[in-house]
Amino acid sequence: MEQFLFQFFNLDIMVQAWPIMLRGFGMTLLLCAVVIPMGLAGGLLVAIASTAPQRWIRWPTAVLVDLFRAVPPLALLIFISAGLPFAGIRLSPFTAVCLSFLLNNSAYYGEIYRAGIDSIGTGQTEAARSTGLNSLQAMAYVVLPQAVRNVLPDLVSNTIEVVKLTSLASVVAFAELLYSADMARSITYNASPIVMAAGFYLVLLWPAVRLASRLERKLST
Amino acid sequence: MTRSERFIDTFFKYDVMQQYWPDILKGLFVTCQIAVLVVVCGLALGLCLAILRSYRFRLVNLCIIVFIDLLRALPPLVLILILYFGLPNVGVSLSGYVVLWLVLTLVLAAFAEEIFWAGILSVPQGQWQAARSTGMSYFKTLIYVVLPQAIRMTIAPLTNRTIAITKNTALGMVIGVGELLNQATTAQSFAGNATPLMMATIAYLILFIPVVYAGRRIEQAYAWRKR
Repeated sequence: MEQFLFQFFNLDIMVQAWPIMLRGFGMTLLLCAVVIPMGLAGGLLVAIASTAPQRWIRWPTAVLVDLFRAVPPLALLIFISAGLPFAGIRLSPFTAVCLSFLLNNSAYYGEIYRAGIDSIGTGQTEAARSTGLNSLQAMAYVVLPQAVRNVLPDLVSNTIEVVKLTSLASVVAFAELLYSADMARSITYNASPIVMAAGFYLVLLWPAVRLASRLERKLST
Repeated sequence: MTRSERFIDTFFKYDVMQQYWPDILKGLFVTCQIAVLVVVCGLALGLCLAILRSYRFRLVNLCIIVFIDLLRALPPLVLILILYFGLPNVGVSLSGYVVLWLVLTLVLAAFAEEIFWAGILSVPQGQWQAARSTGMSYFKTLIYVVLPQAIRMTIAPLTNRTIAITKNTALGMVIGVGELLNQATTAQSFAGNATPLMMATIAYLILFIPVVYAGRRIEQAYAWRKR
């Protein structure tokens, strides 16, 4: 038991690692602040493209969405950060992470928005158009507000997944929370910093997880 | 060299492909193996937990809720690193393969429990009462009346979640499990060429595109929240 506490909840090591961890946590927050809005915006474009009346817009979008949903996010990230340099495209870890998250998350958010748009009857669009709104206005002022409300639980739980995914950035040496924790672990030969990182993630995400399951339950009944 | 030649030389170099395809295939096999183990064990454990939760023992349910909240809130990579690097120091040495399987199974079980539980709750009380009044026991009611209806409703969200978690087998790369992505990055650093990564990407597409497509079909067929 003492051994267990020493290896996983070592206070001395945690105090020592605190400054690095705090910086890492800041980087994780920064990363989230960049990739979540990017994913939400990209997803919106994807959803609008995949519900477009023109077939030559709809089909390529569907193919791209399926491609990026089929490749594991880590594989995509490694491809961008380790594969592209061979083709002469060298990106910083931060840019590589942002790019891979944009591609991956736009596909996921796009699917969620699309389900929301599908859940709104065409009568809504027709009614909106008949009042003189153009199709973009009808989408923005009539369909989307209702669509987003319908898929809010999925948007929240996908956002939780995105925050968790930022931990992948540690694999390409971007100094976010998990990377800092792993550095501290390899210096101290002790798992406490990673347990500490888990604590940070819990503080950040537990309330969101509670909210997500409450939203899911409320709407499914 | 023209641009397209250079592109092909970087991502589709024939020599490299020929040399490394056995490794990639081996990796693909390991990925499939872990994926199947995770899906089977994770779904089974999730269902067991949901059944246990339906008995509504207060203390047990509290434990289940804490367990699933923890696993839903923590990135799988964090859990993998804790188990892989922490446990050997307290005398429990697990291979990367076992750690990856264990973590993904627990994560899938947590998500599956939540989904199964929502399904069980969505079956109307009248079904329970009618079944119980015919003389069926609680457990029989659950198995023969409630679960068949509940599981039908959970298929769509469950498929999507299962696909997402199965793709996490790529995380095995970080702790040296010889799965697809790991084989590819190793081959890439030996060959000094991006072709193995492209091969792995294509292998993932071949593996997951049918699953993603099937998932979309199932989602349309069993539309979960159609109002």
